[in-house]
Amino acid sequence: MTQPQKATEFSQSIRGAVAPLLQVAGLAKSYGARIGCTDVSFDLFPGEVLGIVGESGSGKSTLLSCLAGHQRPDQGQILYDGQDVLAMAETERRRLSRTDWAFVHQNPRDGLRMGVSAGANVGERLMAIGARHYGDIRAQATDWLGRVEIDANRIDDRPAAFSGGMQQRLQIARNLVTAPRLVFMDEPTGGLDVSVQARLLDLMRGLVRDMGLSVVIVTHDLAVVRLLAHRLMVMKSGRVVEQGLTDQVLDDPQHAYTQLLVSSVLQV
Amino acid sequence: MTDQAYTFAYLDEQTKRMIRRALLKALAVPGYQVPFASREMPMPYGWGTGGVQVTAACLVPEDRLKVIDQGADDTTNAVSIRRFFARTAGVATTEATAEATLIQTRHRIPEQPLREGQILVYQVPIPEPLRFLEPRETETRKMHELEEYGLMHVKLYEDIARHGTIATSYAYPVKVEGRYVMDPSPIPKFDNPKLSGNAAIQLFGAGREQRIYALPPYTAVVSLDFDDHPFTASKPGHACDLCGAAHSYLDEVITDDAGGRMFVCSDTDFCAGRRREGHQGRLGGQA
Ligand SMILES: Nc1ncnc2c1ncn2[C@@H]1O[C@H](COP(=O)(O)OP(=O)(O)O)[C@@H](O)[C@H]1O
Ligand SMILES: [Mg+2]
Repeated sequence: MTQPQKATEFSQSIRGAVAPLLQVAGLAKSYGARIGCTDVSFDLFPGEVLGIVGESGSGKSTLLSCLAGHQRPDQGQILYDGQDVLAMAETERRRLSRTDWAFVHQNPRDGLRMGVSAGANVGERLMAIGARHYGDIRAQATDWLGRVEIDANRIDDRPAAFSGGMQQRLQIARNLVTAPRLVFMDEPTGGLDVSVQARLLDLMRGLVRDMGLSVVIVTHDLAVVRLLAHRLMVMKSGRVVEQGLTDQVLDDPQHAYTQLLVSSVLQV
Repeated sequence: MTDQAYTFAYLDEQTKRMIRRALLKALAVPGYQVPFASREMPMPYGWGTGGVQVTAACLVPEDRLKVIDQGADDTTNAVSIRRFFARTAGVATTEATAEATLIQTRHRIPEQPLREGQILVYQVPIPEPLRFLEPRETETRKMHELEEYGLMHVKLYEDIARHGTIATSYAYPVKVEGRYVMDPSPIPKFDNPKLSGNAAIQLFGAGREQRIYALPPYTAVVSLDFDDHPFTASKPGHACDLCGAAHSYLDEVITDDAGGRMFVCSDTDFCAGRRREGHQGRLGGQA
């Protein structure tokens, strides 16, 4: 496979050249006495894909929801494009999440409006930022359905009539239509058949590359990060135990827990 | 004389003061839904208990009350509410729009332009225009606060995608003074233009949902639409068969078993007034 090698080179070259898009320092979130995640720090550069792996309950979703502004962390700092996200007015943060950011949920039902058509689902973000020309909105929705390999004649169907894989591709289209810069994904391939997963991963890889997206993707599937992620962060019990370039972490894991993760996937 | 068992207009003074405070706040922030502690009224919710409470809080002994339901003064609903206030407040009543100082309405705005000093009270079943696509109250409140109104256009988009045109013909959403999106209650969209720049005070009461909102006189109200699908205040392409009015809102009435039908003004007072002035429609002589 040549992709990881290219990915590594990309990550190394971008890191010297431009400022980070997302800077996270000392982030922590507890649920009462229980740690959700703690002491998380990393930089994400434009066009980089960061994979977050770890067993169930290791704090991946907690971290992602704090980053995306769905929960407020107890401690730490998040800078987006140099702006302090946690100090921002709510209006401004919600505007960012409609324009510059996107969030792809594991369960497409959480990320789609099931009561309206596929076209309306894709058009919603456009209308949210002021699009008021029906014909233009519909043309863009049609274009995006094509980009996620959904037949244009399904544009007026409701998502409930779609397969799981189609729903997930629709959710991606709905998120990317406003050309965001930063995409959060929580187990986007979870719950799908293996063959469907492969097609979705392929599609995502193409979109990420073509649009130059920065992505934070949570998964428990090391095959997903191998294919998509330039960099990898391994979490255990709410803490980051290891992070670095994906192929380096996977091929030469330093932490005992990572070694366990890698070896267990090899047995599959 | 008012009925001794009740205070003036049924509600106790404290409740009326509470409702008036909500009304003043609603008038100060046009289109904004103000919560109020809705009281039990001696009638079912579907009968417009929100409108009745607003009317009760506004009435003074000198008022002359008109009540319409779908434009008509003589439906059961309109008659009961008019009698209720005649009995509990002892106010004069009328069917003439021009003579009324306060008009309570369900589903219509009178055809005759209102004037300064008049109050129009709407009965509202569902005050939240965003409810259609967002059931969570906390979220809709946040959307109003932050002016996140994209969802309203999602609803209109869906209309066009399904019907080729904006099919919403009642409760057509509007934006008030460029700020709050508001549900004008289930009036036909034909009436929407009358909401804007109206000389009267327009008050909206939702009993079950415990919300009051308002349009002070001469408020700018714009119906939402798309650039390539502009809002139109459409109505059936007929004239009234009784009075010949070409620009009033019409009801279709089945006249016999053989499929005979006629179109008549839904505003009965307006129609009768025109006929008194000698106007005549297609069936004007016969009806
Ligand atoms: N809403 C919550 N309330 C209480 N504890 C929670 C909540 N969400 C997550 N946790 C706890 O926080 C820890 C991290 O959970 P989570 O972020 O969901 O992990 P992951 O996504 O890696 O499975 C777990 O111990 C979990 O039980
Ligand atoms: Mg999770």
